[in-house]
Amino acid sequence: MRKPEPVQVIKTRRDAALGQLVGGIPYIQYLGVQFDRRGDELTAILPYREELIGNPMLPALHGGVTAAFLEISAVIELTWSTLWTEIEDGTAPDHPPMPKTIDFTVDYLRSGLPRDAYARARVNRSGRRYASVHVEAWQDNREKLFAQATGHFLMPPPAQDG
Amino acid sequence: MSTTDPAAERRARIARQFIEAIPHARALSMQIEEIGEGLAMLSMPYDERLIGDPATGVIAGGAVSALMDTCGGAAVMSHPDAQGTATIDLRIDYMRVATPGQRIRARAECYHVTRAVAFVRATALDDDADNPVAAATGAFTFQRGA
Repeated sequence: MRKPEPVQVIKTRRDAALGQLVGGIPYIQYLGVQFDRRGDELTAILPYREELIGNPMLPALHGGVTAAFLEISAVIELTWSTLWTEIEDGTAPDHPPMPKTIDFTVDYLRSGLPRDAYARARVNRSGRRYASVHVEAWQDNREKLFAQATGHFLMPPPAQDG
Repeated sequence: MSTTDPAAERRARIARQFIEAIPHARALSMQIEEIGEGLAMLSMPYDERLIGDPATGVIAGGAVSALMDTCGGAAVMSHPDAQGTATIDLRIDYMRVATPGQRIRARAECYHVTRAVAFVRATALDDDADNPVAAATGAFTFQRGA
């Protein structure tokens, strides 16, 4: 039997793959979305900034920012989970093709407060062509979601060999 | 938009204040193109910071969502009886990618209001106005003025 890889080697490889995926997308950098990784589990984090406010009277996060945060979380989770085997093999491409959003439905459950937000996505169906992803976002209390969304995605065609 | 109609002027002023007061709308350089009763047209310039797919330079779906949501809110606010609004739900269908480099325009119509809810339809376009980039339907809270 082969000796297991040192934990640091595994972590470095996974973090590098995640960094490649997220770091290459300008809009994720613009919104400031970060990803916390535990094994293969990702939590998206949206650190609060004044620029993300939609209603200055309350104040509350912009509904579009919330939608964008949820969509980013869904797309990254989908790509990440699709790539997982290749990441573990060390054969994942540096710039994997991205799925395309077909539709995205956001349910605003309460107003987003002017503080950090978190999101976790779950791939409910992932086929060769289409995927369905659900995502939940919360702020202080994981039980009290402030928004949730479901989206359908068109998967990129598999990479050609050679 | 008629400049002699005081009601229209008032509407346009309120809508402009609504957009200008939103930090995120300012951050994305959103602009009002037109305001009517329960109707709004906004636009947003192409910006490399908003790219969602670096391989193609196509703007992120989320940025289009932000424009559609703001436009929907502006359409509700331009309703003569509206005082405040917030999104309850928003569904966006992405029909094609927006062409990189082109300004995106959204048009939203608040087609029905009840005592507490405003129903909105919206479309997003780029220069090829015959082929919409995205379509949205949403429900917004409807706070009536006194």
